[in-house]
Amino acid sequence: MYGKKVKLRAFFILLIFFSLVLTAFLIFKSLEENVVYFKSPTEIKNLSELENKKIRVGGMVKKNSIEINETEVNFIITDFKNELIVNFTGSVPNLFEEGKGVVAEGFIQDRNYFKATKILAKHDENYMPPEVKESLKDTN
Amino acid sequence: MSSQIGIYSLYIALIISVFLIFQFTFLNKGTTKNLDSRIFSLISVQFLMVIISFFSLIYAFIISDFSNETVYNNSHTTKPLFYKISGTWGNHEGSLLLWLLVLIIFLFIFFIHSKKLSNKYRLLTVLFQEIIILGFLLFILFTSNPFSNLFPIPKEGNGLNPILQDPALAIHPPVLYLGYVGTSIIFSSSLAALITGLINKVWASHIKKWVVISWIFLSIGIMLGSIWAYYELGWGGFWFWDPVENVSLMPWFCLTALLHTIIVLEKRNTFHSWAIILSVTTFSLSMSGTFLVRSGILNSIHTFANDPSRGIFILCFLFFLIFSAIFIFFIYQKNISKNLYKPYLVSKETSILINNLFMMFFLSVVLVGTIYPIFLEVINDSKISVGPPFYQKLITPFLIPFLFFMAVGPNIKWIKDRISKINIQQLIFFIIFILLSCLFLKKNGALYLFVLPLIGSGFFLLFLTIKDFFLKSSHLSQKLAHFGFSLFMLSVLFNGILAKEYSSNMKVGDERIFMNKIIKFENLKVVQGHNYQSLIGEFKIIDQKNVLNFKPQIRVYDQPKTITSEADILTTIYSDNFLVFNVLKNDGYYNVRYQNKPFMIWIWLSVALMSFGGILSFIKKNG
Repeated sequence: MYGKKVKLRAFFILLIFFSLVLTAFLIFKSLEENVVYFKSPTEIKNLSELENKKIRVGGMVKKNSIEINETEVNFIITDFKNELIVNFTGSVPNLFEEGKGVVAEGFIQDRNYFKATKILAKHDENYMPPEVKESLKDTN
Repeated sequence: MSSQIGIYSLYIALIISVFLIFQFTFLNKGTTKNLDSRIFSLISVQFLMVIISFFSLIYAFIISDFSNETVYNNSHTTKPLFYKISGTWGNHEGSLLLWLLVLIIFLFIFFIHSKKLSNKYRLLTVLFQEIIILGFLLFILFTSNPFSNLFPIPKEGNGLNPILQDPALAIHPPVLYLGYVGTSIIFSSSLAALITGLINKVWASHIKKWVVISWIFLSIGIMLGSIWAYYELGWGGFWFWDPVENVSLMPWFCLTALLHTIIVLEKRNTFHSWAIILSVTTFSLSMSGTFLVRSGILNSIHTFANDPSRGIFILCFLFFLIFSAIFIFFIYQKNISKNLYKPYLVSKETSILINNLFMMFFLSVVLVGTIYPIFLEVINDSKISVGPPFYQKLITPFLIPFLFFMAVGPNIKWIKDRISKINIQQLIFFIIFILLSCLFLKKNGALYLFVLPLIGSGFFLLFLTIKDFFLKSSHLSQKLAHFGFSLFMLSVLFNGILAKEYSSNMKVGDERIFMNKIIKFENLKVVQGHNYQSLIGEFKIIDQKNVLNFKPQIRVYDQPKTITSEADILTTIYSDNFLVFNVLKNDGYYNVRYQNKPFMIWIWLSVALMSFGGILSFIKKNG
């Protein structure tokens, strides 16, 4: 019916097609699992249900809110509308300061309390993560 | 004054560029002999003009000429001379001028070193390169002019972000750009070769030098950035899978694939179309790297200043280049010689094809991870980030077969080989190393699903490449590069698995006990630096055998007012001990972080070894 060459070529095309589909499937499957959403304190207040998934929270560190003891750092993230208490154990980046922008990664405990596993660094004192800028813009 | 010289020489370069492109389109039918020397002189003048422009910008930075806006925004009189100079390319405008300079340098070198090849091919390459140069000239002159004037002239500049005042980061952009821009020559010349029907062995061995040199610079450039991130950002890692880092990794994957494909083209005269597709893709990725970093679209911790209109210009230009490349590819595809040879499953060609497949897979993983957040934000406005687990999960499992083929592949013969030669000896090797790594991991108590065979295949590659060094064959550069890669994989793995970390908030005089060690915060001193004040902490870490002294710093820069912390790293060949401390608030507590990172130095050394393999292949006569 068909020559050997045609069969071979068809086989190759199928093989490439299936490996492409498989690759795409793999990538998007793990993308779904490993994406970290960014929320502002207000968005967390308005969440209908709390998931036990890693998220990022961004806003400003409230003035006079940093409390330090031997192992923990506690502070409040605010978007000037709502606040969120953050509890963190570990090391903080250079530009973590009161009155400056911050992004904390971790898990929501309840609507007012966040347990952070990581505080993200920024390189520039004037730099604000676009998300923070936007969520501040929304609330103002 | 220097600003005027700079801007006018850029305009002259622009005129030359337009003139050259014009000449190609309309006067190409004339006598080519004559044309050659005329083009040479034009390129030389253009080259000179861009050099003058670049040096006048450096000069403006050195004398702190604040009538220049770029200097005003990025420099300060108290900055050390070295960082005044490196500040030239530490900002958007200056770094684009550097891009342009490298574009022209490479064109110039290409023109001198390609005299043996056909004239039409050379001229077409110059044409494509001039189109790219023209695009960048327009971009610089109309959206990001490094020589715009300020009036009244400010007394003092804004200063360079202190975090960029660092020797590794001073040379990181030029080296990285040499790699990025090197791919432009590959792009232009592969299109020119396609049109003239020159894609063959001769072209491959000619362009291979360019591929290798770009690869070397790109590898070293990425490594420098990574070293900087390791000691400067204070979190103790060397790769964060941050979008800006990924953007430099993507052309590297593509270039590595191209490097291997070009060898097949050179030796076996096949894979023509694939080599061209890779050349175009590599350059597109380099360009989009610049676009993504400079436009501020990427949500990255590295994001520096940005302006959307600039992004749109580069994006349009990029699309123009990609579409014209695809157009040329479809029109001139018939020029590719149809090489009728029978492919065999077990051959060196196949093994290189496998390398390419893996490279494309890694590339698509990184590409999706980097682009997806932008995509999702446009579609439904949700803000996400894709973290390290995504990349680790997708890349780690595939590294196992990748390393295996990397070890086996180079010993397979061209055209056709027998499978039996591979499996007996090498499979035993493979199993032995898997078992060895099993034992090793049991002892250290870290059992992960993929890590085990990964370490196994890492060792497999390591020992097989060592074994290959004793074999008589001339591919020393390949062996070195593969050996370097196996070292790299193993040190990254052990570094990840065996790393230890401890962090705590401490006051001066405090002591903490962790993991059978004692950490003491003994003293705090204030020292005046050149343009900063530094707080030097004195720490001691005591374990059963020895005492380690650390002196990390917190620097307070005046201009701009910024705090940075400088980690103190004690490096040995076994591991790095890393200690960094941070000020939290003025109540006496400091945030202290201690890390033990095994085999850290080997990560840098192995990348250097890989690059050295590249250098060997470059200087070799018939490589």
